[in-house]
Amino acid sequence: MSILDQPSSSSLSGGGVTSRQAWGLVGLLAAAIVAWLVFAIWPAWLNAILISKKAFVSAILNGLTLAGLYFLVASGFTLIFGLMRNINLAHGSLYLLGAYIGYEVTSRTGYWLLGVAAGFTVLAIIGVIMQVFVFRRLEGDDLRQTLVTIGISIVAADMMLAVWAGGTYQIATPEWLDGALTLPIITAVRSNGASVFLTYPLYRVVVLAAAIVIGVGLWLMLNKTRVGMMIRAGVDDRAMLSASGVNVHAVFAIVFAVGAGLAGFAGVVGGSALSVAPGEDVRYLLASLVVVIVGGMGSITGAAIGALLIGLAEQIGLVYFPTYGVVLTFVIMVVTLAVRPQGIMGKAR
Amino acid sequence: MSLTTIADGAVPQQNWLDKIGAGHFILGTALLLYPLLASDFFLTQIAGYSMIFGVLALSLMLLAGYGGMLSLAQITVAGIAAYAVAILGSNNSNVLGFGWPWWIAVPFAVAAAAVSSALIGWISVRTEGIYTLMITLAIATATFYFAQQNYAIFNGHSGYAGIHAPVFWGIDWRDPKPFYYLCLGLAMLSYAAVLYGSRSTFGMTLQAIRDNPRRMGALGYHVTAHKVFAWFLAGILAGLAGVLLVWFNGRVSPGTIGVDVAIDILIIAVIGGLRHPIGPFVGAIVVILMQTFAIDIVGAERFNTLIGLVFLAIVFVSPDGILGLWGRIKPHLAQESLRAGP
Repeated sequence: MSILDQPSSSSLSGGGVTSRQAWGLVGLLAAAIVAWLVFAIWPAWLNAILISKKAFVSAILNGLTLAGLYFLVASGFTLIFGLMRNINLAHGSLYLLGAYIGYEVTSRTGYWLLGVAAGFTVLAIIGVIMQVFVFRRLEGDDLRQTLVTIGISIVAADMMLAVWAGGTYQIATPEWLDGALTLPIITAVRSNGASVFLTYPLYRVVVLAAAIVIGVGLWLMLNKTRVGMMIRAGVDDRAMLSASGVNVHAVFAIVFAVGAGLAGFAGVVGGSALSVAPGEDVRYLLASLVVVIVGGMGSITGAAIGALLIGLAEQIGLVYFPTYGVVLTFVIMVVTLAVRPQGIMGKAR
Repeated sequence: MSLTTIADGAVPQQNWLDKIGAGHFILGTALLLYPLLASDFFLTQIAGYSMIFGVLALSLMLLAGYGGMLSLAQITVAGIAAYAVAILGSNNSNVLGFGWPWWIAVPFAVAAAAVSSALIGWISVRTEGIYTLMITLAIATATFYFAQQNYAIFNGHSGYAGIHAPVFWGIDWRDPKPFYYLCLGLAMLSYAAVLYGSRSTFGMTLQAIRDNPRRMGALGYHVTAHKVFAWFLAGILAGLAGVLLVWFNGRVSPGTIGVDVAIDILIIAVIGGLRHPIGPFVGAIVVILMQTFAIDIVGAERFNTLIGLVFLAIVFVSPDGILGLWGRIKPHLAQESLRAGP
């Protein structure tokens, strides 16, 4: 207790703990509490407060899955923003278009993986086309670039409505991804002493795993490769990168391809887990906006943290305060802006 | 400052026509006489509706043009006023409806809108430029989803219906002609107020802050307070427009404050031009006319494609909207007229 009582500013005096250590301790404590909540058999009073253990753990798992999806969408958004300083408000449309393309390819060929690949590839190409034909023409004018993306999103939403109408589609997942996974989490103990284990759809676990793999892959690409080095340099100082002989336009095109492709990929994956319908573009645009505002613009780690916070808040809100779920998301955003306007991992500019 | 006063004093007697400007005078007279010619449809659905959206876009123009803060939450602010009128006044949705008379409900509604606008401003001025657009869009979208899900205050998906414009002095103010004059009155007042405000000390300070916040801060001006006050003023305009909007529609639902409408307001302001307060009204007329008559050209379904393409064209060709286009053509016309003969 005495450790926590120390003011964090004492880090300079040498004695006591640094603020970083204190935060680490708080984090460990929180992790321990969560681990206990997930794995222990709940006493009755806890069940009374939090409805039931099954509801609580399911909300957390759903939140994690949703966070994975949000991360996939928002990471492209934040990369594009970080490098090019324009807000791609057509990002939600890219997500929805990816989902529709995934649906078409999957239902025609019968191969889900082909649909996922098509969603990524087609959207990556569209991203490059947008970068070359639209954004390059308006270079240096961030506001106009943003306004143009609004125009594109309007036209895109309307064209998609014309082609796929207003119906709701569900992308069929392959058989090897169907079914449920029994997790080693005991939700309750029956009166005869047998434990009830939590089951969870396998597909959602795969979505989460895919998001983690892609997140790690992105991190590696940004931090360990030459292209990543250029992108990071571009985020910090675009003009200087250009002056040191790097073809900035090629870097921009790569970032746009990866960002748009990830949005398309997320569209197919998300369209298989949830559904594809008009209006989803706005939903995922809002999600990316909030995730990036909370996490910090231009930071992949920030996008991961933001996605985790927003995904969990949304699902926990859905279970415990159904009509105020959106407000919870909103409160997180306002608190972040009030405490740290540049976002959790954002750099002050 | 002293230079301008000398310049003003140098003109011996400025008559009232010069002060208002001949263009304004002709435009005002034409608008006052417009009901003599126009049918009821053109009076309310086109002119009245354009003026309501013009005032909404004007509140955005005030923020963006003078303050450099591009907001997508203006319809949200107007929606707060509209919902407040429905809740404080009377509606036939059997939810809330305090039944207050309009002359109490309307000031409260506008005040609520102005205060929430100031709050939105206070949140968003913590960041700058393009971030403001992002944060206000997030606020607008979150409010839309909240209104849709919340039944206790917003009556969920269906919203409120059966809201009537007041009847006093023996006039039903929702009848075409009175409603037109109501809209015209608000539009003229807010236009004059913004034009006057832009030349006032506060307006000048705001524009200086837009151009260089750091320098103004160093000079001792409270940058945040000025910006938040601009949001408050814009909130009053948007709130008044919201009251007229709910009287016009007779109902308010989450669809009224949807993201598409929020973007429509931005489109109106950008198409019209953000440099002068007349821009939003020009944009509103163009967009409303397109909205009404595009059905005959491209069909009702593909209207959004048309407006999106027009918007894209304007952004690409003329960053200052139609006003900018006019500003670019005018010098050429003037030169043409100077040339004697062919």
